[in-house]
Parts: sequence; structure tokens; C-alpha cells
Amino acid sequence: MPTQLQSRVQRPSQEAKRADALIIADVTRTYDARAQKGPRAAKVQALAGLCLHASAGELLAVVGPSGCGKSTLLELICGLQQPDAGSISCPPAVLMPQRDLLLPWLSALDNAALALRIAGRSREESRGLAGELFAELGLAGFEQARPHELSGGMRQRVAFLRTLLSGKPVLCLDEPFGALDAITRSEMQQWLIRTLAREPRTVVLVTHDVEEAILLGDRVAVLSPRPGRVVAELEVELGRPRARTDPDVIHLRERALSALGLGGGG
Amino acid sequence: MKRDLVRVVPVLALVALLLGAWELYVDIAGVQGDLLPAPHAVAGALWDSGALVWRNFAITAEEVVLGLALALAAGFLLAVAIHLSPLLRRAAYPLAVGSQAVPIPVIGVLLVFWWGFGIFPKLVVIALICFFPVLVSTVDGLASVDPDQPKLLRTLDASRWQAFRFAELPAALPAALSGVRIALAVGVIGAFIAETTTPTSGAYSGLGREIVVDAGGFQTPRAYAATVVLFAFAISCFYSLALAERRLAPWNVRRQGGTR
Repeated sequence: MPTQLQSRVQRPSQEAKRADALIIADVTRTYDARAQKGPRAAKVQALAGLCLHASAGELLAVVGPSGCGKSTLLELICGLQQPDAGSISCPPAVLMPQRDLLLPWLSALDNAALALRIAGRSREESRGLAGELFAELGLAGFEQARPHELSGGMRQRVAFLRTLLSGKPVLCLDEPFGALDAITRSEMQQWLIRTLAREPRTVVLVTHDVEEAILLGDRVAVLSPRPGRVVAELEVELGRPRARTDPDVIHLRERALSALGLGGGG
Repeated sequence: MKRDLVRVVPVLALVALLLGAWELYVDIAGVQGDLLPAPHAVAGALWDSGALVWRNFAITAEEVVLGLALALAAGFLLAVAIHLSPLLRRAAYPLAVGSQAVPIPVIGVLLVFWWGFGIFPKLVVIALICFFPVLVSTVDGLASVDPDQPKLLRTLDASRWQAFRFAELPAALPAALSGVRIALAVGVIGAFIAETTTPTSGAYSGLGREIVVDAGGFQTPRAYAATVVLFAFAISCFYSLALAERRLAPWNVRRQGGTR
């Protein structure tokens, strides 16, 4: 019952959406990596003069090499870290960390409903709201399963649902399918697109997989190695679902790879 | 039910084996009954003095249950306080460790001086012995939560209390229960120490006191009989927790097997 759900789950209204643009201007972030690098203080510059924007309802894919500050970027957007310089203008954003971090003592349904419980709703009400989406998003029958009984793909679905039910207009997904096998990843990519069609949000999706960025994103921002800055922005004006063998997809992939300095493979 | 019965077969077989060896040893070596009574003599003493042993057992059992309740509350609350306050951790944790080196007889007199010959000084002694495993395991358990978990809870706008209630507390429960298990097993010897260091006068002052009096008064079989009761009581305390664990932390029992 999507209409009923709309009124009960907090969801950005049409008027609010115009103010929902995400604007990151000239952000720099340096952190102290002493913990990782022995006793000598090592300042690591994660981001240098990074500029990005995403309009409301857009899926912005951010792709870059490992350690280019992608996770730092998401934590900045979610307010878990503060930039050293520059500004971030963003409506409330919620992070879906790289690892699902489901709580092993809660059922799948209660894990999905965690944000609702934290927002002060009763256990029964939270379960009711999460349960409706459970069925809609292909998780019916797994309500009572504990996280360790779920497959990797199912765990990610539950973790995504937990993120969605926080009711925040911006979702920050940190390599959500990075740990999955190729077949499951492909299924999950299609699932994400279907889910976002049903539950529109502004999404910043971080990945190290150029193909995934192009298959999922409305726009793709390519980051340089650390310190991260945007070296290319690609508009992906293709319909969905997209096939990885589509010449346009292959063309965009090559453009992204050459922006990363890896092009020319053929 | 049938599986539960099958599960106790090994321990019953081992007990029968040990009792047989003990009986044979006493018989063949000709050990005096005052030094080591044979199992049948112990059983006879238990039968003859059943009422006395039972009444003393009831007293000791009350001490153990109340003393453990005190120990669990103290250990758990101190663990939470230490977890939440790094200052308290640095200040109070070393002293808690040191408390385990204090010989109980040294403070037993003081406890009696403060609270008299009633049950309370005994509960304090039991709690002093038993709070420590609960404290250490709960502190470790609270710290065992996934380090990324706070980040997730923060992004879902959880308060400090909600982070504790939804993540740290349940994460600590299996470790805390391990500590409780140790506390349950040592609680009975704690009661023995309590009864002998903060004595009560009279015939009914607990099994520990009875054992000391009997052993000194050439009532060795009865001292052994009382010991057997303590032995069985410690075992049943320990295993009664396995049932509680199945309810309190079912995700852990299913994964690791819990107490068997």
C-alpha cells in the first residue's frame, strides 16, 4: 500500500525537494594518520578543493581509486566529520556504511526498523512500517531471520531498508555492493534502481567500480587519487535498465577510465 | 527430554567411576574413616543427618543467592560506570583488581564489627569475591562492540543512551553472562569463606560452618556429606544459568553453543 505508506513514513515533499540540492564547494579535509603509520605524525590530505553538486532526486555516482577519500566525502556529507576548508550545503543525509553492521541480536525486520525505534516510535509501530516495505522490496518471509542467517545480498537489502527508513532526503551509499559476488551484485544493482523508482531520494553512491557507476548513476563524478578532487563529470543520459554491453555504456566507461589515467584498453 | 537424559550419561558414568575408585582405595589401602570416609559412609552420614544438613543448606543457599545478587548488581553497575567514564576506569579499575588480593579473614572481623553476626557481613564477603569476574567480563563485553557501530548509530541520530541500549548493552551480554557463570561457580566457596570468617554461633549457621565444626570434631563423614551438597549446589547454580542464557542471549547460544 504505497499511498498509505507515503503519509506515514517521513518523506520529502515536492516543495522541500527544491531546497534539497547537495552543494559541496571547495572542500578540503586533512586527517592525522598517526594511528596507522607509527609514532611519527603523518598528515594525510584526503580531499583537496573538491566541488560537487547533486540536484534533488538525482543519483550521483562517485568513482575513484582506492583511498581517494570517497568514504571521507560521505562522512562529510552526513555531518560525521567537518571540513577543514570549504562549505557543504546539504539537507539531512544518512550514511549506509561499507559493512552492513546489522545488529546480530535483532531480527531482519527489527534491524530495518532501527531508525524508527531511535526516532521514538514503539516496537509494534516500527515493525508495521518496516514490514510493509519488506514485502514490497522482495524481503517477505525473512522478517524473523537473524542477520547471520541471511545471504550477503539479503543483508545489504536490509541495511539499505534501514537507511531508507531513517526518513532523510539524502542517502550516502558507501560501496554498497563491493563485498558481493558478481551475480548478486548485478541483481542488487537492478534492485536498487527499482527501489529508488518506488522511493525516490537524492543518492550519493560511492564505488570503485567504473562500470557500476555508469550503470547506476544519473551523473558520474570521477575522483583523482589522494588527495581527491573531481577530474571529470559525466552525464549519463541513458534509459534504464542499462546493459553493460550497450555501446554508450562502453563509451562512457572508457571516458571515465581515461579520466583516471587508465584508458586506451579497448 | 530424551536428549537431555543422553547428555547427563557421561557425567553420571564418570561419577560412578570415581566413586568406585574411591571406595576401592579406602578398602584396599585401609584408610581410617576419620581421615577419608568411604563413599558409602558419606552416604550414610547424609542419610542420618539429613535434617541438619538440609537446614544448614537452606541457610547457605540463601547467602549464596543474595550474595550473588549483590555481586551481580555491583559488578554490572561498576562495569557500566567504568565503560562510560575513562576517568573512573583509570581511578577505580586498579583498586577493583587489588580488592581480589585482600585476604578475607583480615577484613572479616571489621565486617562483623560494623554489621554484627547476621547475614549481611556474609553477603558482603560473597559479593567481594564474586563481583570481580562480572566486572571484568562486562567491561570487556561493553568494549567489544564493533568500532564502526557508533558511526552507524550516529548517522541514524541515536542518543548516547540509545547507542548503549541498542548496541553496547546487547553486545556485552554474552561476555557478561560468562562472568556471571564464573561468579556462580565461585559463589559457593565464597559462602564457605564468608561463614568461616564472619561466624555465627549455634548449630544452624550454614554448611561451611558445619563442615569446619564436623571436621574438627571427628565427624568426618558428615563433613564430607555437607561437602557433597555444596559440590552439587555449585554445579546446579552454574547450569541453571544455561537456561537463563537461552532466553537472554538466544543469538549467542545458537552461534556458539552456550553452556552445555
